[in-house]
Amino acid sequence: MTRLRRPSPGQVVTVVLLAVLGGLWVYPFAWLVSASLKSSPEIFGKGLDLMPDEPAWENYARAWTEVGFATYFVNTTIITLGTVLLVVVRSALAGYVLGRYDFIGKKLLVGLFLVTFFLPEGYSIIPVTQLTDQLRLLNTHAGVILGLGAGGQIASTLLYAGYFRRLPKELEETARLDGAGPFTVFFRVMLPLAWPITATVVILTFLYAWNVYLLPLVFTLSDPGLRTLAVGMTVFVGERGTDWSGMAAAAVISLVPVIAIFVVLQRKFVDSIAGAVKQ
Amino acid sequence: MTMTTQRRSRPTAAPPPRHRQGWARRLRQDWWIYLFLLPTLLGYGAYTVYPLLASWWFAFLDWPGFASAGTFIGIENFARLIGDDLFWNAFRNSLVFLVFAVPLRVGLALALAIVLNRRKTPFKGFFRTLFFLPVVTTGAIVGVVFTLLLDASGPVSLSMVASGLLDSPANFAANAGTSLYAGIAVWVWKWLGITLVYWLAALQTIPQGVHEAAVIDGAGSWAEFRHVTMPLLVPFLVIITLIDTVAAFNVFDLMQTLTGGGPSFSSEVIEIFIFRTAFQATVPQLGYASAAAVLFGLLTVVLAIVQALGIRWARRRIGPS
Repeated sequence: MTRLRRPSPGQVVTVVLLAVLGGLWVYPFAWLVSASLKSSPEIFGKGLDLMPDEPAWENYARAWTEVGFATYFVNTTIITLGTVLLVVVRSALAGYVLGRYDFIGKKLLVGLFLVTFFLPEGYSIIPVTQLTDQLRLLNTHAGVILGLGAGGQIASTLLYAGYFRRLPKELEETARLDGAGPFTVFFRVMLPLAWPITATVVILTFLYAWNVYLLPLVFTLSDPGLRTLAVGMTVFVGERGTDWSGMAAAAVISLVPVIAIFVVLQRKFVDSIAGAVKQ
Repeated sequence: MTMTTQRRSRPTAAPPPRHRQGWARRLRQDWWIYLFLLPTLLGYGAYTVYPLLASWWFAFLDWPGFASAGTFIGIENFARLIGDDLFWNAFRNSLVFLVFAVPLRVGLALALAIVLNRRKTPFKGFFRTLFFLPVVTTGAIVGVVFTLLLDASGPVSLSMVASGLLDSPANFAANAGTSLYAGIAVWVWKWLGITLVYWLAALQTIPQGVHEAAVIDGAGSWAEFRHVTMPLLVPFLVIITLIDTVAAFNVFDLMQTLTGGGPSFSSEVIEIFIFRTAFQATVPQLGYASAAAVLFGLLTVVLAIVQALGIRWARRRIGPS
């Protein structure tokens, strides 16, 4: 391989094209942050100028306290953490036995998983809402968490199954010889060994639960106090049609946690997605 | 399967081979396996399998709300759907969305992946992160933010007027002729990064030796791509297109917040139709919405089957070489 001292013309063109395209990808974020610091008339009055005359931090205070985004933030956090916990526990348990053992009904279960793998969200929303209503869990956090984490999530189960299948069997046998039962083996030996998959599942589920919209919207239609950030955002627009700067601040508040986590864990994020696809 | 023997290889006892044991005995012995599966069986049964079947039952009901009971009305809902222009409008919009958005997302991501996979390309990691950024954001919020960006006095319109692409300011999301396409553009913007990562993963499965052999044979970049890389990517093309197609069916959050399906239903996709009929109407029509969901589900099944056949075809074609 020859290393070039200076960039070739081709390289320059590539970088320029990538930079233009990349600009299209970051501009909306830059515009959003800028809008959140402007006054409402300033957002549309200043043309394409991104710099606010004077940063209006009170937009954030307004979105956080007056409009209720503090509550929405707490709701989103509870729902996301609950969903992640539920998905990790049930996928790890199921993935372990699916990956390592043969049992009656296994083929049926795997077949079902494959059939329902691509089921669109809109398909099942009515029965899921009806079920939640009958369980008297509509308008509760638990109802939303179950709705998001109890069904589906096949990818997580299969990721665990694939990982456990590859672990050497000696690990379990040693523990068994020491008299450990299946639960001890699983929680003391196998689950800790599976931490890379746990990290992947946590990341994928976190992303899903933090951003999901349809189910929390339907489940909290009659209780505004339970809205998530995504749901609160859109209702906010309806209720305060003209407060553009407050809305932009609310959008920043909603996006910052997930983007911050992404920036810290970006390597892991991208590898998780790539790994999940290769599976 | 070798798992049985693995498990049997404990040195303590020598039970008979498993196939000679009775079912009842196996079930009794494996009780803990089913205990491990219990959370998934319960949750999956209630929240995935039950809805799959219940939707079909609901589709035959006249059912005005969760609090009340439905009345069986046979295929009336389906008959009404077939004559409902708004249903076909939503169906058509979903198809238009698929036909334009999926190839755009898959193709643009492939082009980018090829550039970002080349050893010579600088700042690869930086650009990959950049394009991935919208993927982690909330679809509903992206929709809301883009209503502002696409406003007639917003930056998109202003810069197009300034550069002479537009004569007068326009709001693409609020115009019946362009709202669906505005949705497509925003959707591709939001999700391009994840397809890019799929493609990068796919490109990395191509052994470097293949590339070097092509270079030694004197193949140029295009010839190498056309005759070496592309054939190896065909199976991935089918799989990635399938994933993105199904993703395109879940466009509710973005469309609902960007256009609300409007103006005058011009961007109403099937999921918005279902949501509107079931939850937003003054009298909820849960049975009718379920019938629409069932037809919608059938469409995705048909697409999945077509794609599965495509994958098999692609594997066979690649196989011998």
